[in-house]
Formats: sequence, C-alpha cells, structure tokens
Amino acid sequence: MLRISNISKTFNPGTVNAKLAIDNLSLEVKDGDFITVIGANGAGKSTLFNAIAGEFITDSGRIVLDDTDITLMPEHLRAIKIGRLFQDPLRGTAAGMTIEENLTLAAGRGGWLSRISHAQREEFKDMLRELGMGLEDRMKQPMGLLSGGQRQAVTLLMATINPPALLLLDEHTAALDPAAADKVLKITREVVEREKLACLMITHNMQSALQLGNRTIMMNKGRIILDVSGEERANMTVADLLQRFKEISGEALDNDRMLLGVE
Amino acid sequence: MNFSDMVPLLQTALELGLFSALTVLALYLSYSMLNVCDLSTDGCFTMGATVGAVVAISGHPFLSIPAAILAGMLSGLIVAFLQTKMGVESLLAGIIVNTAWYSVNIAIMGNSSLLNMNKTDTVFSILKEKLEGTFLAGSYKLIIAALAVLIVLVFLSFFLKTRLGLAIRATGNNPDMVKSSSINPAFTTIVGLCIANAFTALSGCLLAQSQKSVNIDIGSGMVTIALASLLIGGVIIPRGGITRKAIGAVIGAFIFRLVYTVALRFNMPAYMLKLVSSIIVIIAISTPYLKRQLPLLKRRMALRKVGTNGEER
Repeated sequence: MLRISNISKTFNPGTVNAKLAIDNLSLEVKDGDFITVIGANGAGKSTLFNAIAGEFITDSGRIVLDDTDITLMPEHLRAIKIGRLFQDPLRGTAAGMTIEENLTLAAGRGGWLSRISHAQREEFKDMLRELGMGLEDRMKQPMGLLSGGQRQAVTLLMATINPPALLLLDEHTAALDPAAADKVLKITREVVEREKLACLMITHNMQSALQLGNRTIMMNKGRIILDVSGEERANMTVADLLQRFKEISGEALDNDRMLLGVE
Repeated sequence: MNFSDMVPLLQTALELGLFSALTVLALYLSYSMLNVCDLSTDGCFTMGATVGAVVAISGHPFLSIPAAILAGMLSGLIVAFLQTKMGVESLLAGIIVNTAWYSVNIAIMGNSSLLNMNKTDTVFSILKEKLEGTFLAGSYKLIIAALAVLIVLVFLSFFLKTRLGLAIRATGNNPDMVKSSSINPAFTTIVGLCIANAFTALSGCLLAQSQKSVNIDIGSGMVTIALASLLIGGVIIPRGGITRKAIGAVIGAFIFRLVYTVALRFNMPAYMLKLVSSIIVIIAISTPYLKRQLPLLKRRMALRKVGTNGEER
C-alpha cells in the first residue's frame, strides 16, 4: 500500500545547523493498517509525515503509494490520495470562509466554474449531522467561529470526504480539551473503519498508542527503532515499551509528556 | 456652496470614483481575497491606458477595451509567474514589474510620454454623439463608468462563489488547506492576479479615454489611492458576504473621490491627493494595531504614575 524505502533527509546541509532528520528509514504499510507512531520530541515523527505528504522532497530513497511512485510528486497532487490532520486545528480549514465553502473545496466536485448545488448542500448537511455537534444548522457561518474540537472534526470530514488511501494524523487531538479529544478520536475510528483507510497516527499517549490500531512503531533520531504488532503488541504494557526503548536506544526516554501519558 | 454648485461636483466625484472603483475591485480581489499586495497596479493601470489609447487611435474604439483587458491579464500573469515560479518575493515582484512597465508603456506610446485623443473616436465620443439632444447628454461618462463597474461587480459576485473563486479566496486564507484540497495555490494565485489586473487595466483604459489623453504618470499612486478607497469601503461595510463587501469597495471609491473633490473646492491644492491617500491608508491599516496596543499603553501609564517602586494597585 505504502512502501517507503531508505529515505533520508538532512536539513540545512553543509552548515553547522545540519540535522539528519530522517536517517535511511524504510517502512511498509499494508492495506487497512492503523499504525500508531510514538517517540520523543525531535525523533522525526512529524518529519516522516512531511516527507510522505510531500512538504519537502527527500534527499534519497523512494516512496511508493498504491503502485505509484510519489517520491518527486508535488504536495497538492499527493493530497488526492493522502489526507492529513495537524495538532493545530486552525491549519486544516480556511477561517474566513463558511463551513459549507470549506467542505465544497475539499469535495472538489464539478468544474472550476460550478457552484454549490442543492444536492451537495444536503449531502454536507447529512455528514455534519453525523458528527453530532449541531453544525448542520451553521453551514453558512465562518469556520473561524467554531471551537477547536469542532474545527478538527470538520477537518477530518474534509480530509475523508473523498476517501484517501492513507490518512496521516499528527497528534490531531493533542490541542483539544479531553471531551473534545475523545469525540474527535471516536469519529476518527469510525471513519477509518467505515472507509477501511490505512492510517498513521502520531501520539504522545503511550497507553492509547498500544490500544488504538493494530501496530505501533517507535522512532528515535530519524529511525524506526521498534515495530510491534499482533500478539507481541497485545501483551505489551507501557512499562515494557519504555524498557524496550531503553534497551534499543541505550538511553532512558525522558519525555515527561510521554511518561505521564498526557495527551 | 449652494445646491446647483453641488450637482456638477457630485457628478465629477461619481465619475472619477467609478473609474477608480474598477481598480479598487481589482485590489479587493488581490489584496482582500488573495492576500497579495500587488504593487504592479500603477504600471498595469498605465498599461491599460496606453494600450487602449494606441488601439483607439489606430481606429478601433471598441477593440481598445478588450485589448487593454488583455494587456492587464498579461501583466498580472507576469507578476504571478515571478511570485509563484521564480521565487521572487510578492512585493518585490510587483515593484520590479511596475518599474519595467515604465519603459514598456513609453514604447507602447511610440517613444512618447503623452498621447492625445482629442480627435480620436472612443466609446465615450461615440456614446456622446448618440446621446446628443437627449436629457442624458451630459452623463455619457457616468453611463459607461457605471456599466463597467456593474459588469465587474456582477462578474465578481458570481465568480467568487464558483469552485475556482472559492479556491482563490482560500489561497489568501490558508494556502495549506488549498493544497490539501488537491489544488495548486500557484495556479489560483496566477488566475486571481490575471483577473485583478484585467480590471486595473480596464480602469486605466476608461479613465484615459474619458479625459482624452494619456500621459506616463496617469497611474502613479493608483495603488495607494485604490487601497485607501478599499479600506474606507471596509469601514462603511465591515461585515457581510463577498458581494456586499464588493459594493462597499465601490462606495469607498466614491467617498474617497467625493472628499477629495470637496477638498479641492475648499482650495486644497491638487497635488495633495497622494499625501492624503497615503495618510488614509496609514490610518486605516494601523488603527487595528494601535487598538491592540492600547491596553499595554494604559498599564504603562498607570505604572508610571505610581512609580517603579510602587504597587500597581
């Protein structure tokens, strides 16, 4: 489904600030995989997502998605097959435009000069109703008036309105209050199951990293240092995870946010 | 000043306001929607005027208008290309093109910095002839200007609700979101600037033909004047949909010209126009910033009163 082979990326090469952010990394994502990604700050989790989404072109290696080589493909073309959510709920939507207009752009139906049709409006209304946030009656309101949780839920809707092949979730519930985070996470699981999407999700919560999805990878210094799934993962506890990190990397995982399991 | 003095004054303000309203609507698209401050506006305005004049003088009064529009689109295309494909900073791209157009415009006018259209057939002279003897005889300029503004307004209010229009608005709002909708923001910027500059060139073309002459300075300061009008419009109609705000931009252009025309009547020298428009732009842009700074200033003043050792209470 997604095959990443030996990609590397160095930022600011040839300067004192040179940083090897992705170090000869390979990863194979299978159809229907829901992979949680953990690792300390600066481990390269978001950089890996940026590489997959095409925010930059990697220095070497190849990325193949659904038999198409996307290594050199520009970001907006990759977006046809890759949906993405960020920690910052403001990043996914245009604040000055209405909910309806945001959804129209994401849906991208019809020609360039087509306008929102009645049928489309009804379709959006149904989708918004399913979120259970009362947004179906606020379609003409600017996105900027919505709360973070509501914006993130709409962004999720926008990212999956044309089901992508792959969904990248970059701590997309971390900036929300616990109730909103639970709600968005619940909607995420429903969408992923319904559309049978392959999904990569960065989280700082070790507990949910082991509970959600079917596979967990841990990153450190631009590499994947641990990749567990199946039985091994089912029997794993957070303490095991920390122990394994220590064994492999030779250092303790000193990230308060991770240790405390704070999302 | 009595009422009979006011009528011609109002009419002049309305005419000039409507001609510049086309440029204001261009900035409404580029500045308010695309979030690009297009500093090539002055050069593009002049280019519309020169191209329109040259085509009209060569005996094609009607063709002069699409020719000017096309020239404007080309100008916008070049500015947008520099920004999106050549890595030139957006402000710089506008300034560079603006400078280049000075030479190009003189070349278009045939190595001259002034063209006279006194004996040239233009849409204005043609309509003037047609209306002679009717009660509308004196308002031929107004009719053409109003018609042009109306067409552009209708076009904009339709266009900005299409998928392409939405994409252009989103580009100014959140380019990341445009990319994740699988649309290339470079494309929307190019289309937006082409359309905006088409309006600017039309504005220049009509103004030049209505006053029967072009000189190389016809567009100088236009970007500031139009920006001032746009911001005045934003004060008058601060909320509402895109059509309402576009109408606000037109009203802003009219008010700006009205204030200016009245000021001229009260013996303000004509050369003050650009200073006044600059001051309006400064006030309009800095007011929201200064308002945000106000609480900080208040606290500083309060602290100063009690002295540095004193309690703030």
